[in-house]
Amino acid sequence: MNRDLIVQIAYLVSSILFILGIRSLTHPDTARRGMQLAALGMLVAIVGTLFLYQVVSYQWIAAGLIVGSLIGYPLGMWVPMTAMPERIAISHTFGSLAAALVGIAEYYNLYHYGPSPHGATHLQMVALGLEVLFGSLTVTGSFMACGKLQGFITERSVTYPFQNHTNIAMFAVAIGMLIYVIVVPGAQTVFYGMVALAAALGVLMVLPIGGADMPVVLSLLNSYTGLAAAATGFAIGNYVLIITGALDGASGFILSVVMSKAMNRSFTNVIFGAFGSGEAAAGAIRSAEGLTVHPIAIEDAAMQLAYAREVIIVPGYGMAVAQCQHQVRELTDLIERRGGQVKFAIHPVAGRMPGHMNVLLAEVDIPYARLYGMDDINGEFPQADVALVIGANDVVNPAAKDEPGSPIYGMPILNVDEAKSIIVLKRGMSHGFAGIENDLFYRDKTFMLFGDAKDSLGKLVSEIKTM
Amino acid sequence: MTLTGFAQLYVFVLAAFVGYQMIMRVPPLLHTPLMAATNAIDAITVVGAMVLAGEGHGRLATVLGFIAVAAAMSNVVGGFLITDRMLAMFRRDSNGAAPAKARGMH
Repeated sequence: MNRDLIVQIAYLVSSILFILGIRSLTHPDTARRGMQLAALGMLVAIVGTLFLYQVVSYQWIAAGLIVGSLIGYPLGMWVPMTAMPERIAISHTFGSLAAALVGIAEYYNLYHYGPSPHGATHLQMVALGLEVLFGSLTVTGSFMACGKLQGFITERSVTYPFQNHTNIAMFAVAIGMLIYVIVVPGAQTVFYGMVALAAALGVLMVLPIGGADMPVVLSLLNSYTGLAAAATGFAIGNYVLIITGALDGASGFILSVVMSKAMNRSFTNVIFGAFGSGEAAAGAIRSAEGLTVHPIAIEDAAMQLAYAREVIIVPGYGMAVAQCQHQVRELTDLIERRGGQVKFAIHPVAGRMPGHMNVLLAEVDIPYARLYGMDDINGEFPQADVALVIGANDVVNPAAKDEPGSPIYGMPILNVDEAKSIIVLKRGMSHGFAGIENDLFYRDKTFMLFGDAKDSLGKLVSEIKTM
Repeated sequence: MTLTGFAQLYVFVLAAFVGYQMIMRVPPLLHTPLMAATNAIDAITVVGAMVLAGEGHGRLATVLGFIAVAAAMSNVVGGFLITDRMLAMFRRDSNGAAPAKARGMH
């Protein structure tokens, strides 16, 4: 059989397996098997590629595959679930780095390899240009996002005068350079200049973005990685790359839209809004002066939880930070053993990436049937005896419903304020990432349990056990 | 535009439609695994990188190809492993102990 045919069949098989893999993610029961099939598809594609007639030597390929596997294994097996957002960000960096490097090398070879380098066509330049533009923008952008999530770059929004003007101007110049190299494919300086400019833009675009906006940014970068891969497919004429790139691009795009909607903000607002900087909010917030909070002792909180018939737990990023999902599980078991019912209310943007809270709770064996989305649980808060808020802030802030002046006004929130009693686990009275005062904390039926969430939950558990 | 270029565009547009239809049906419950999964699948760029590293078109291209293979391969291995680890954790109900393999190791 013709070698080329083998390769094409391999790519067709892997494309089908990839599509089936993504499709399986529509239900948690089928997802695992489906993704294992997708992994098989990847194996088929890699083995198939070895049969390509262009491939004449194997030592560099083998070295790369081995080094990559050695880096990938710990990234797959050892990263804790709480660190998932930065884990995803760093893999965007790797993915787009591969795409960008392939694009750069392809372009270089068109001008430097062979007896008479023939240069690039206009059409090739469209693909190569988009590939390196999206690629290098995502490499630095994702690295910045990872740094912010990991904490080696400040998670607060970094702003300076004329920031948006500078970014927009740089973006316009980058697009101009892209058009220029498409028209004049031989303009090598412009091509490499565009690579550098896109990389700088990646840094500057993520710099002003605060922690709470990370879900949108991660999704957006996900989409860019996909587009870079699809452009690579166009550049080297490979359909399986085009297909997977399109799937990934669509996925990232949909997630960004879902996340933006859950914050009642537009894309543009997230990218250029520099939310979480605090200053934007400063004028509009109602001051908390004159209001008092009601701290609660462990014993009293334990009493409320122990005798509650219905408890709704609202986890937020604080649960990931305190790494207290195991204690949450223990508390849940205890309440249920005493005859109470526990449900989990999960806001779409709780945490730092889409679905982050679900993964953490699944990790501690809380069945997914108990994890409720915002629309499914919001009607149940009035019946809840206790709503237990663990490290969530902006997603339960009633200002989103009744304070038109608030920067988060209009954002869909969990109706925690309708519960009969509310217990909030919180470190101190610091603001959420939006920098907004949360009126919920001052209500008469709200009790604040200050301290480290892990610590507090541990104490609650041992207290309830003694009852 | 060449016919090949046009065929490529067809494939891209159709795949994007398929992707849109499928991904709209992925529940928020699985959004994190979805991101990990698309990341893993997206590492198919390893195929392009392998050609670059193996076609012997000069030292620079080979070295860049090698780095690209390593970067993409780390996503292949790490991406599929972490997706599997996550998906193994999602259980429907609390009856019975979680399967032992659900802890991540096989």
